[in-house]
Amino acid sequence: METLEQVLTPEEQFQARIDADVRIEPKDWMPEAYRKTLIRQISQHAHSELVGMLPEGNWITRAPSLKRKSILLAKVQDEAGHGLYLYSAAETLGTTRDQMLADLHSGKAKYSSIFNYPTLSWADMGCVGWLVDGAAILNQVPLCRTSYGPYARAMVRVCKEESFHQRQGFEIMQTLCEGAPEQKAMAQEALNRWWWPTLMMFGPKDADSPNTEQSMKWRIKRFTNDELRQKFVDMMVPQAEFLGLTVPDEKVKWNEERQAYDFGEVNWDEFWAVVKGNGLCNQERLQARVSAHEEGAWVREAANAHAAKRAAREAVAA
Amino acid sequence: MNQSEWPLWEVFIRSKQGLDHKHVGSLHAADATMAVQNARDVYTRRLEGVSIWVVESKHIHASNPDDSEAFFDPAADKVYRHPTFYEVPDSIKHM
Repeated sequence: METLEQVLTPEEQFQARIDADVRIEPKDWMPEAYRKTLIRQISQHAHSELVGMLPEGNWITRAPSLKRKSILLAKVQDEAGHGLYLYSAAETLGTTRDQMLADLHSGKAKYSSIFNYPTLSWADMGCVGWLVDGAAILNQVPLCRTSYGPYARAMVRVCKEESFHQRQGFEIMQTLCEGAPEQKAMAQEALNRWWWPTLMMFGPKDADSPNTEQSMKWRIKRFTNDELRQKFVDMMVPQAEFLGLTVPDEKVKWNEERQAYDFGEVNWDEFWAVVKGNGLCNQERLQARVSAHEEGAWVREAANAHAAKRAAREAVAA
Repeated sequence: MNQSEWPLWEVFIRSKQGLDHKHVGSLHAADATMAVQNARDVYTRRLEGVSIWVVESKHIHASNPDDSEAFFDPAADKVYRHPTFYEVPDSIKHM
């Protein structure tokens, strides 16, 4: 007696569920490679949120007004929250928080290269929100429908919160662009520095992205890197024009036939150099992260000691 | 488990009075008091809740996905448990 399940291998059954858009949940059977890919991707995503607090944290004490400071604090707090949602999602796959942090701190795990660029002026806070979070949203919205349930649910929450991040960034840019000539120049200068690194956030070209095909098949990813990069350019060029700013790419030109903007080639040598640890701030970011973790060790230990003491006291009372 | 790692807690939030608590995610905390405080910071920054429950994850017992057929399928062939199974004449109102 043979049922359908005996005919199909576990991998085939798994793929059939994915193809039917059935979400995979933590206790369901999954191929080891799927589990590993997700742990890598989700933890990398979580690390990016954590490290992403650093370039903006740099400006909290120097925000130009109390309103801007409150907004920036709330945004940085959101990023800590996003990291926590994502670490929790990764933990459902069988890894531990300690393991993930150890991999981040040893340099084994990666985080988004964008955070290895410095934030030199207040206009950078505008660009980080408008461009960097804008790019992040494009990446993240399709992840709300990713095949792994806990990841998709975490992303729904992240996306809800992320749109305020982008809007406040655009507002900073708009305010600068409507201000004094020096302020507008500051906005343009920041755009010049952030434009290309932001395009790199979508990852290598499809031809150089060996994992994309499998991730698409498993419906972890729903669009390729190049598709998202094109969408981003199409979205951002008109916004830059609205601000009266110029995107630093002479090849940007509307293509009537494609109904999309043509644009120049990303400097892939720079991309790979930053990925490999040779960006402007790689060492500084990792060092700041490791110090925060090490200097916070006593807090974690004290909380454990306090919990143990309280538990003992309650045991005596009972 | 690493000794320095705080235990894992599942977080449930009531979004407003009259609705039930719903699972929203998990977090690490040294004890229940801290878990509630952390849940407030992590999951209710935008008025998402009026009440929080936390349960240490190790206390959750779940059905096994491998048994789901045997477990849940018996309900599939009992259409008579649904009102749509019954035909009501058009002239009958309020049913």
